[in-house]
Amino acid sequence: MPLLSIENLSVEYRTSAGRSVVISDFSLAIEQGESFGLVGESGCGKSTLLMAIMGYLGRNGAVTRGRILFEGRDLVGLSDAELRQVRGSRIAVVYQEPSAALNPSLTIGRQLMEVPLLRAGTTVADARAQVVRMLGDVHLPHPDSVMRRYPHQVSGGQKQRVVLAMALLANPALLLLDEPTTGLDVTVAATVLDLVNELRQKYRTALVYVSHNLGVIAQVCDQIGVMYAGEMVESAPAASLFASPRHPYTRGLIASLPALGADKHSAPLIPIPGSVPSPMAARRGCAFAPRCVDARAGQCDIGAIAIRPAAPDHLVRCVRFAELAPPVASDAFVADAQQDGEVVLEADQLSRVFKVGRLRLVANDALNFEARRGRVLAIVGESGSGKSTFARILAGLDAATSGSLRFRGADVATQPVRRRNAAQVAAIQMVFQNPDGTLNPSHRVGRPLARALRRFGVARGRRAIDARVRALLEMVRLHPAVQHSLPRQLSGGQKQRIAIARAFAGNPELLIADEPVSSLDVSVQAAVVNLLLGIQASHGTTMLFISHDLVLVRYLADEVVVMYLGRVMECGPVQALFSPPYHPYTEALLSAVPLLDPSAGRARIRLEGEIPSPLNPPPGCRFAGRCPRKVGAVCDTVPPPAREAGDGHLIFCHISLDELRRVPPVFGDAAAAVVGAPTTASSRTDTH
Amino acid sequence: MSDVQTRPLIAPAPSLPAMPAIEPAPAERRAPSLLRRLPTSRVAMVGLALVLFWIAVASLAPVLPVPSPTAHDYAAIGHPGPGARHWLGVDPLGRDTLARVVWGARTVLAVAPAAVLAAYVVGCAMGLLAGYYRGWVDVVVSRVSDVILSFPVVVLYVILIANIGPSAMNIVVAAVLSSAPAIARIVRGLVMSLMHQDFVAAAELRRESDLYIMLVELLPNCRGPLITDFCLRLGYVTIAIGTLGFLGLGLPPPTPDWGGMVKQGTAMLTVYPGMSLYPAFALVSLVLGFNLLADGLTELSMSD
Amino acid sequence: MLKYLLRRVLELVLTLVLSSFVVFMLTEFSPGNVARKTLGPFALQEQVDVLYEKLHLNDPLLVRYVRWVGVLTGLEADPLQDPALDLDFHDPRGNRYFGNFGYSTLYKAPVNDVLWNRLGNTALLAGLAFAVIVPLSLVLGILAGMRAGSALDRLVSTASVVMTSVPEFALGVMLVAVFVVSLHWLPGTSTLDPSGGWPVAAQLVLPVATLAIYDAGYVARMVRSSMAEVMTRPYIRTAVLKGLPRRQVILRHAFRNAMIAPFTVMLLQINWLIGGVVVTELVFAYPGFGRMLLDAALFGDISLIEAATLIALLVATTTQLLSDIGYRFLDPQSRR
Repeated sequence: MPLLSIENLSVEYRTSAGRSVVISDFSLAIEQGESFGLVGESGCGKSTLLMAIMGYLGRNGAVTRGRILFEGRDLVGLSDAELRQVRGSRIAVVYQEPSAALNPSLTIGRQLMEVPLLRAGTTVADARAQVVRMLGDVHLPHPDSVMRRYPHQVSGGQKQRVVLAMALLANPALLLLDEPTTGLDVTVAATVLDLVNELRQKYRTALVYVSHNLGVIAQVCDQIGVMYAGEMVESAPAASLFASPRHPYTRGLIASLPALGADKHSAPLIPIPGSVPSPMAARRGCAFAPRCVDARAGQCDIGAIAIRPAAPDHLVRCVRFAELAPPVASDAFVADAQQDGEVVLEADQLSRVFKVGRLRLVANDALNFEARRGRVLAIVGESGSGKSTFARILAGLDAATSGSLRFRGADVATQPVRRRNAAQVAAIQMVFQNPDGTLNPSHRVGRPLARALRRFGVARGRRAIDARVRALLEMVRLHPAVQHSLPRQLSGGQKQRIAIARAFAGNPELLIADEPVSSLDVSVQAAVVNLLLGIQASHGTTMLFISHDLVLVRYLADEVVVMYLGRVMECGPVQALFSPPYHPYTEALLSAVPLLDPSAGRARIRLEGEIPSPLNPPPGCRFAGRCPRKVGAVCDTVPPPAREAGDGHLIFCHISLDELRRVPPVFGDAAAAVVGAPTTASSRTDTH
Repeated sequence: MSDVQTRPLIAPAPSLPAMPAIEPAPAERRAPSLLRRLPTSRVAMVGLALVLFWIAVASLAPVLPVPSPTAHDYAAIGHPGPGARHWLGVDPLGRDTLARVVWGARTVLAVAPAAVLAAYVVGCAMGLLAGYYRGWVDVVVSRVSDVILSFPVVVLYVILIANIGPSAMNIVVAAVLSSAPAIARIVRGLVMSLMHQDFVAAAELRRESDLYIMLVELLPNCRGPLITDFCLRLGYVTIAIGTLGFLGLGLPPPTPDWGGMVKQGTAMLTVYPGMSLYPAFALVSLVLGFNLLADGLTELSMSD
Repeated sequence: MLKYLLRRVLELVLTLVLSSFVVFMLTEFSPGNVARKTLGPFALQEQVDVLYEKLHLNDPLLVRYVRWVGVLTGLEADPLQDPALDLDFHDPRGNRYFGNFGYSTLYKAPVNDVLWNRLGNTALLAGLAFAVIVPLSLVLGILAGMRAGSALDRLVSTASVVMTSVPEFALGVMLVAVFVVSLHWLPGTSTLDPSGGWPVAAQLVLPVATLAIYDAGYVARMVRSSMAEVMTRPYIRTAVLKGLPRRQVILRHAFRNAMIAPFTVMLLQINWLIGGVVVTELVFAYPGFGRMLLDAALFGDISLIEAATLIALLVATTTQLLSDIGYRFLDPQSRR
C-alpha cells in the first residue's frame, strides 16, 4: 500500500466571478520514503494540491471529487479534530516564504517547542532538548541563542532551516515542501537543497517537493510529475523524464531553457507561445492545446484526455504523444559574429557609499570595467552585490560618491537624470525587474510610449506619435490595440514587452536590463530573452544585462562582471569566465547552479553561512569571510591583486593564477547538460 | 543629439524563428473598476441610497410642499407636537420642524463636501510633497501634522470657532485644519510605497517634472484608499458640523442646522421629544449612509 | 530604550510648547480683546486702557507668550494679581508659584481652584467609559474577525457601523428620550449631587453609555479588521497545520499580532474621549472639565481656556507616548 495515494482529485474555488477548477482529475501515488517532485509554472495548482492534502483549502475551496488516501485513510471530509491527528504529526509542511510562515511576535524557540509539546506526556525540558537536537541537525549554530531570537532577527536562509526543523520535529511520515528555496540567494538555496537531501537520508521521510524549477526538482526527487493548468500532464522517474520527455509542455519547458554549454551564437531558446491560462477559463480537450505547436483540431480539442502510459511507469496526458517527432535542435538563429565595438562606457574607481547612522554601507566599491558598443555586458551577483546600485547610477536615478563613469566621453557618475540633457537621458534607458511595478496601473499602456516619444522629441503631432507607438508595439510583437489596455489586463510577459518598447522609444544607445526575466514564468522567459537579443542586435544597442542566473548569462553575454558585496571579483569575456581559472566565488556560484541531470559529475564547492551585511566592510577581500579557498590572514587585511589571465580576463584574488588553473572545470564533461535555470530566485532587494 | 535622431527608430524586424508571434490585445477587462462593481455590494448600495435620498431632499427643498423654514407660526408654539399644519411639529419659536429638517439637509450637504474637498486639496498637497521629497519637507509636514492631530478634535473646533466666530466659512476652515493632516498622512504613506515602484523610475528616465510625477504618476494610484477615506470623512465632518451646532457654535441663526435644532429641542424634551429626535435621526441617517458606502467600498477593494 | 524615552519626552515637551503657543495665539491674537475680556463688558474704556498698558499687551505675541510661560512656571509674578490694578484677584497660593494658570474671570476664582475638581469628575466619567469600551470592543472584534464573513461577523460589523454613525449629542438625546422621558428609569441630568433623589451611580449610566457606544463601535471595527487580516497570514496557516487546536491558534498566535494595530488606536481613544466629554457633559449638565472648557470658550475666559487646552494636550500627548512605548513591547519587530 502506498503511503499517499491521490485518486482522481478535483478541487474547486468559488469566487464572486464564478467557480474555478484549480485541480482536475489528479492522481498520484507515493511510497514510503520516496521523493516526488511536482513541477509547473505559477497558477497551475501545485500549492493548492498541497493544501488539499492538508485539508486546508479555506472557506471557498472544496474537494469536489476523488480521494486522498494517507496510510489507508481518506483525508477528504475529515473533521478538524481528526485532521489534527494527521497534521503536524504524520504530515508536515515547509513553506515558500519562511519569513511569512513564522509568527513575528513569538520567539523561534517557543514556536518550535509547540510541536513536541503537542504530543501527550512531553515535558518542557524534553521539548527543549528535542528542539536543540533538531536545530543541530539543520546545522544552525548556537541553538540556544537561536531559540531566544525572534524570526526577524535571523537571516532568510536560517529562517528556512528553522521551518525545516519545525516540520521535522513532528517526525512526519510525509513532508510537503512548497518552493522552499525560492527567494533565497543562489548559494544559500544550494545549501538548503543539500540539507533537504541530507535530512531525507537521515529521517527516511517521504517527500512531495513542489517547484517551478526543473533543476531544483532534479536535485532532490526520484519521481517527477509535471503539472499544467491543474492537471498532471506527465509523470515519470527523473532519469526517464529528462532523457525522453513525452508531453509537448515538458519538452517546451526544457527547450526554453538554455543548454549549459550553449550561447546565442550556437542554439536558440525555443519559447512556448502564449501564457498559462487562468483557472477560470473554459476549455475543451487538452488544456495545453492553445499553446501547443503540435495540436491538431478535431483531435486535441474534442474531449477530456486521459493520462496514459507511454512506457512502463511513464504516464503522459496527450493524445498525440506517439506521433510526435523527436524534438529537433534548431540552429536557425545564430547571432552575428562579434565585431570589436569601441568602448562606450567606462567605470573608473566608481564608488557609492550610503551613510546608515554612523555606519558606512559600501554598495559599490571602486568599480573598474568597460562596455563596448553593440555588445552585451552581464553583471552577475547575489543580493547585496551592488549590481542594481550600479544600474541606478548609470541610469541617473542615483549618484556615485566618488570615481567616474564615462559614457560617450562625458562623466555621468554624479549626474542624476535632472542634470543630464535630453539626448543623454534618451541614450541610456532601462528595463526593470518586476513586471507588476514597471507600468503605472492607472495608465493605459500606450501612454508611457507616447509620452516617451514626445519627451525625447522623437515624434511630434498626434498622428506621428500614434504611428510610432504602433511600430514600437509591433517591434515587441504585440498587437497595436494593446495600447488601450490597462496593465492589469496583461500577463507578466506582455508587461515586460511594453517595458522594452518604452525603453526603445527614445532609441537608446545603452540599455540596462535589470533582471528582466527573473520574475517571469519559465515558458515566457525565453520569448522575452529572444526579443531583447533580437532588438539589441538589430539596433546595435549596447546592453547591460544584470542577473543572478549564470546559465542565462552564459547564453547571452559577451562579457561578464562578477560582483560580491559591492566589489568586482572577476571580469572578462564570457568563455573565459566559465572555464578555469575561476575566482573562488565564481566557482561557488557555478557549483550552486541546479543541473537538470543530477548524474552529471561536477566538482562542487559550497559556501558556509550567509551573505554578510555590506556595512563597514573589512579592508581585505570582501569574500574572505566565506571563501572555501581562503589563503590566510592576508585575505582579511590586504585587498586582493588583479591577476591577468589573458584576453582581458581579470581575477581579483590572493591565490596565484597557476593554483587557480589547477581547479577542474565545475561542470566537467557535463558542459552540454541541460540546466534548470534558477528563475524567480534572488529577487530580493539589492542595496540601493 | 543628431546621432540619436539619425538612427532608424525601428529596425527591420529581425528574422528570428524563435521570435514570439504577435499576440492579440486582451478582449475584456479582467477586473472592472471599483466604482463599476459598486452594485455588487449590498452594504454600499444601502449607503448610496441613504446619501442619494438626502441629496434629492436637499436639491428639491425649494419645490417641496413645506412651509418656509424661517417663518414663525406663533399660534403653534403652545402645541409643538405634530399636526395637520406641521407634520413633524414646530420648534420653540414656532418654525416648522419638517421644513427645517429639509432645509437643514441643504446646509449640511453644502458645507460638508466643501469642507472635505478643501481638506483634500490641502492634505493631498502636503502628503505628496512630504512623501515625494522626504527630507526636511517631510519633517516639517509630519511635525505640524503631529501637533495638530494631538489636539482632541472637538476641543480644536471649540477653541477655533469660539475665537474666529461661527460661520460656514469658518467651519470649513476648522474642518480643513483638523482633517488635512490625517489625509496628508495617508497620502504620504501611499506615495512612499509607490516611490519604490519602477514606473516612477521610468518616468524619471523620461525627465518628467516633479509636478508631473506627483500629479500624473502618483496621485491617481492613491485613489482607492482615498475614495473610502473621503466617504468616512464626509461622515466625520457631518458629525462635526452637527456637534458644533449642538454646542451653539454652528451656523448663525436663523439658518436651519440639524445640530442646533437638536439642542433647541432638548429644552422641550419632556413635552415633545420629536423636536430633538427628528433632526437627530436625519443626521444619523446621512452619516450612516456615508459610513456604509465607505464600508462597502473597503469590502470591494479587499475582494480584488 | 532610555535614549528612545528621552527623545520621546523631549518631543512631547516640544509638541506641548508648539501647540500651547498656537492656542495662545488664537486666544490672545487681538490684544485689545484680552483686556476687554478680562474686565468684562461693563468696564469703562479707561480701565481697559490702563490694563492694556499694565499688561504690556502691545508687546509682540512671542514676548507675551514667553511671559505667560514665565507665570505658569512660577518664574514671574502674575500681573493680574497686582493690587494696583484693583481687580480683586486673590490666589491663596500667592502670585508666584509653579503651575500658576492665572485667574478665571468666568468663575471669579483662581484657575487652580476650578480646574482640578472638574478634571477629577471627568476622569471618573472617561475612566468608566474606557472600562466599558475596551472589553466590549475586544470581545466583539475578536469574535467577528476570527471568522471573517460569518453571520456573527456580519452582525458585529453592521452593528458597529451603526454605532459609529450616531454622534454623542444625538445619542445622548435619544437615550434621554427613551430612558428618562418615556421609561423614567434614569435621571436626565448628572450633577453628581445625590440630593436630587437619584444616586450618583444611576446618574452616571447614561453619560457613560453615550460616551462608550460611539467609541466601542469604532474600536470594535479596528480590532475586527486587524484580527481578520491576521487570520489570513501564512503564520496562522503554519500554526494550524502544525496541528495546534483552534483555541491555541487564536490565543497564542493570532491574538497578540492582532492587538498590535488596535492597541495604538485604543489608547488614542482617550484623546477622542476628551472631545466626547465636551458634548456629553453638556447634554447631561455634568460638572466636568469638558463643559468648563466650552463655557470658558464661549465666555472668553482666556486663562481658563489656555489652562484647559494645555491639560487636554498633556493628556493627549502622554497617552500617545504610552501607546508608542506599549507598541514596542507588543511588536518585537519595532525593537531593534
